[in-house]
Amino acid sequence: MNEDGGPIFRQIADQIENSIVDGTLAEETQAPSTTELAAFHRINPATAAKGINQLVADGVLYKRRGVGMFVASGAREQLRKRRRSEFAQQYLRPLLAEADKLGIGTQELTTMINDRKERR
Amino acid sequence: MMAIAAVREVTMRFRGHTALHNVSATFEENVITGLLGRNGAGKTTMMQLLAGHLVPTSGNIEVFGANPYENESVLQRMSLVKENQKYPEYFRVADAMSAAAMLFPNWDAGYAKSLVADFDLPQKRRIKKLSRGMLSAVGIVIGLASRAPLTFFDEPYLGLDAVARQMFYDRLIADYAENPRTIVLSTHLIEEIAGLLERVVIIDRGKILADADVDDLRTSAISVSGPGEQIDQFLGGRDLLRREGAGQLSRAVVRVQGRDDRADASALGLDVEPVSLQHLVVSLTNRAEAIHPAAALTAESAYLEEASR
Repeated sequence: MNEDGGPIFRQIADQIENSIVDGTLAEETQAPSTTELAAFHRINPATAAKGINQLVADGVLYKRRGVGMFVASGAREQLRKRRRSEFAQQYLRPLLAEADKLGIGTQELTTMINDRKERR
Repeated sequence: MMAIAAVREVTMRFRGHTALHNVSATFEENVITGLLGRNGAGKTTMMQLLAGHLVPTSGNIEVFGANPYENESVLQRMSLVKENQKYPEYFRVADAMSAAAMLFPNWDAGYAKSLVADFDLPQKRRIKKLSRGMLSAVGIVIGLASRAPLTFFDEPYLGLDAVARQMFYDRLIADYAENPRTIVLSTHLIEEIAGLLERVVIIDRGKILADADVDDLRTSAISVSGPGEQIDQFLGGRDLLRREGAGQLSRAVVRVQGRDDRADASALGLDVEPVSLQHLVVSLTNRAEAIHPAAALTAESAYLEEASR
């Protein structure tokens, strides 16, 4: 975990969300346990639990008694929706700010995006 | 959360020197707390008071609901790993383990054995022939395998290399997850252990600067950087913890006031970043020392205070 980033529990939650959004962690499969997360990231188990609990509160994970935490059905769509709504603020704003600084106009930016997409 | 250990309005004076100055702090059950501060800040004194090795000049110490001093039922529930633990001359590593097995009711011999192997400790070697790092490892093994409900690690890794320290952190997290217990860890290596801590108590020159949840503490401040002029503008009326640099390259750590801090800073073109625990400890300590530069706790002032009583 990056100690210079935001709160560590939030970073844990973000990382699990990433795995759900990109499909590595499918719906109705088991999420990593608090102990696994703590050991892997070398963090306090209570901090890992805080990250997990955040996701439970958001309805992304749910608890199966005696088994562990599972990814809720519809979690992926829910997260995608939220991330799409945050996309402009998180990615477009800094992109446009930097483009402005460098004098890159909208036209040029569009061309760059298209070129980039083709090369992928 | 329940406090399992507490110091209340404790002052500790040694001959001509006040190590703790009317401090209060609590340690919560089954939480890992970091006791952070500079050399000579009072960390060791605080641990020794809690462990019943010292009696405070004034104030109360309460551990498991009782005064720990010469209290057998309290003492057998705790383990203190000291920076400079002494062992009898003739002790071998294996003897230290057997002694610990008798001392601690929760001692796990199997776990101790696996830790001895992890740290490459030669069972049959006399302790006085061990390297500084190995000696530290002996303390760490005893501290972990004692599984005491309250375990203190006071700068436990003098001479330990990065690999062995990492081993300590990994074993600590894994064992704590399996066997939750109250752990108090003092260290200078804040960056290395920041992730392990749930709470911190920050001490400076015998006084408590913070007694807080790590996440709360870290989100209580932000670091803003950019041109000095804009920083000055941003600072107006805010609680400044630390200022570095000048001109185009300035940085300030300030206490978060409300939701607008980030927006205000961004509007001025400043970069806003979270603050690491280490940076925060340094900021708080420097500020405390800037506010009270003439060390209020020097031998002289302690003497005068004593004399005026």
